[in-house]
Amino acid sequence: MVAQALKIIPQQAGSAINIEAVSHRFDLEGAPLPVLDDIGFDIEPGSFVALLGPSGCGKSTLLRLIAGLDHPAQGHIRVAGAEVADPDPSRILVFQDPTLFPWRTVRANVALGLEAQGTLKSEGHRVDEAIRLVGLSGFDKAYPHQLSGGMAQRVALARALVNRPNVLLLDEPLGKLDSLTRLAMQTELTRLWQQSGLTAVLVTHDVEEALYLAQRVIVFGPRPARIVADLAVDLPYPRHRGDPRLAELRHEALGHLGLDSSW
Amino acid sequence: MASIDIAPGAGTGAHPPGPIQRVTLLASLGWFAAVAILLFWQDLTFQPLVRELALVWGAVGGVLVVLGLGGNRLGRVGRWTAQRAPWLLAIGIGAAIWTVLTAKTGILPQPFFPTPQAMLEVFIYDWPKILHSTSFSVWLLAKGFFFGAVAGFLIGVGMGWSRAVSYWATPLLRYVGPLPATAWLPLAFFIFPSSGSASVFLIAFSTAFPVAVLTWSGIASVNRDYYEIARTLGASPLFLILRVAVPAALPHVFVGLFMGLSTSFAVLVVAEMLGVEAGLGWYLQWAQGWAAYANMYAALFVMAAMCSGLITLLFRIRDRVLVWQKGVVRW
Repeated sequence: MVAQALKIIPQQAGSAINIEAVSHRFDLEGAPLPVLDDIGFDIEPGSFVALLGPSGCGKSTLLRLIAGLDHPAQGHIRVAGAEVADPDPSRILVFQDPTLFPWRTVRANVALGLEAQGTLKSEGHRVDEAIRLVGLSGFDKAYPHQLSGGMAQRVALARALVNRPNVLLLDEPLGKLDSLTRLAMQTELTRLWQQSGLTAVLVTHDVEEALYLAQRVIVFGPRPARIVADLAVDLPYPRHRGDPRLAELRHEALGHLGLDSSW
Repeated sequence: MASIDIAPGAGTGAHPPGPIQRVTLLASLGWFAAVAILLFWQDLTFQPLVRELALVWGAVGGVLVVLGLGGNRLGRVGRWTAQRAPWLLAIGIGAAIWTVLTAKTGILPQPFFPTPQAMLEVFIYDWPKILHSTSFSVWLLAKGFFFGAVAGFLIGVGMGWSRAVSYWATPLLRYVGPLPATAWLPLAFFIFPSSGSASVFLIAFSTAFPVAVLTWSGIASVNRDYYEIARTLGASPLFLILRVAVPAALPHVFVGLFMGLSTSFAVLVVAEMLGVEAGLGWYLQWAQGWAAYANMYAALFVMAAMCSGLITLLFRIRDRVLVWQKGVVRW
């Protein structure tokens, strides 16, 4: 299965991401609400970075800015050296909810990007490859309401991967799954990232998830978000959840979030 | 024999003991009773076609005997009769009661409540006119409904999508839309070159309002995330309208189509009664002019069949188009 998939998706170049002095605020009934305060860091091409922080701290906003769905009030975001202006299929955002289109079958959902870009006719085989990659072969004709939460999120991943993005932006993609499916999907995510070679940015408030998946965990403080720590997870893949080094790092990360008293 | 019986009986499960459907047989008795009343109880006044009607009802009873004996062995037909047998019985008893109340005792006075024989006479001698009226009505309705649905849909999509369209169209829709289309009738007959085109306009008008409002609200209530997903995947504005907004709004659109179809029936009948010289509404009016009450009931009967048939058709189309909505879990 894995060997097969390795052949299917060619190694694609992940893009570097440069975030430079980005500040952002929302307008709440006339009163500006600052959400990001002078954030700056660089992400190596092809790396897996987790943005960790309390809920509502603004890390999802940062992800939307990288996706190009919103524009920062101040500062610059560059992906592969180019300023981010608009959404682009080379940078795909996967939401906490799978948000599959309920009127489309699994196959038609995965085909969405190619259809929108007008390349479905010539590149149709990529749809089947993506469905196989996430392990949903045989479910092509199923409708979203017939899928479990984990399956739906796999379809959402396939819908992103079919576009061969350089950057995969994951906004708590496993947040609504049950804990067992969640563990399985975490392993799956690492596998997909390793095979495709893309740059992955994961937003999460789950410390263990961030440490298990990412090579680097950037810890944010409460809103307006500032970087409070930048941890390197110097462990090879596949990782073991019981690794004492992970426990050490977890204690450190929770310390930065002010929650280390229980550990 | 026994082995043949077990297989289909086990499959349906509704009537486990034996293949015979007792209620279906009972229904046939109801129809035979109606025949007996018809033939052996003296009519108050002369009634036409007594023997012919007895033949028809007797035939229904005979068919029910066959179906009752064949019962669960008859596959789809058997399942249908098993489900509908109480209704078949009720209709037979209803026919008997109707005969007693009108032809036999006159509790319901003639000619306002026609006898079953008189109704049969209408269908036997006047069916070409009824058929022609029905086809005329259906065609008129189809034209008006089509134009109204298309116009309402386009207005709704425009309002849901464009602020400018919404700004100008909303007050107009709010002010003019709730006006019953029939209120336009006198003017429409005056403005349009023919009563036919005026009726098409009125039916279209009455259909367009609910379709526009529901399409609009459907598009306005589409989950914003669908647009963002499509945008990150490289969708153009046209793709967002045609492939995201419209399919997501379709359940609402069908509610609008249903409401539009229902109101268009009323407009159709009124328009036919007041100006158009054909159709079931006109037939109804014409029959009233001749005090032909049986013909009026016949027209009502056919009209009900037409309206419910069209609504059923719309629901079938909806079920086919919105198959993704069904909450049937297959995995």
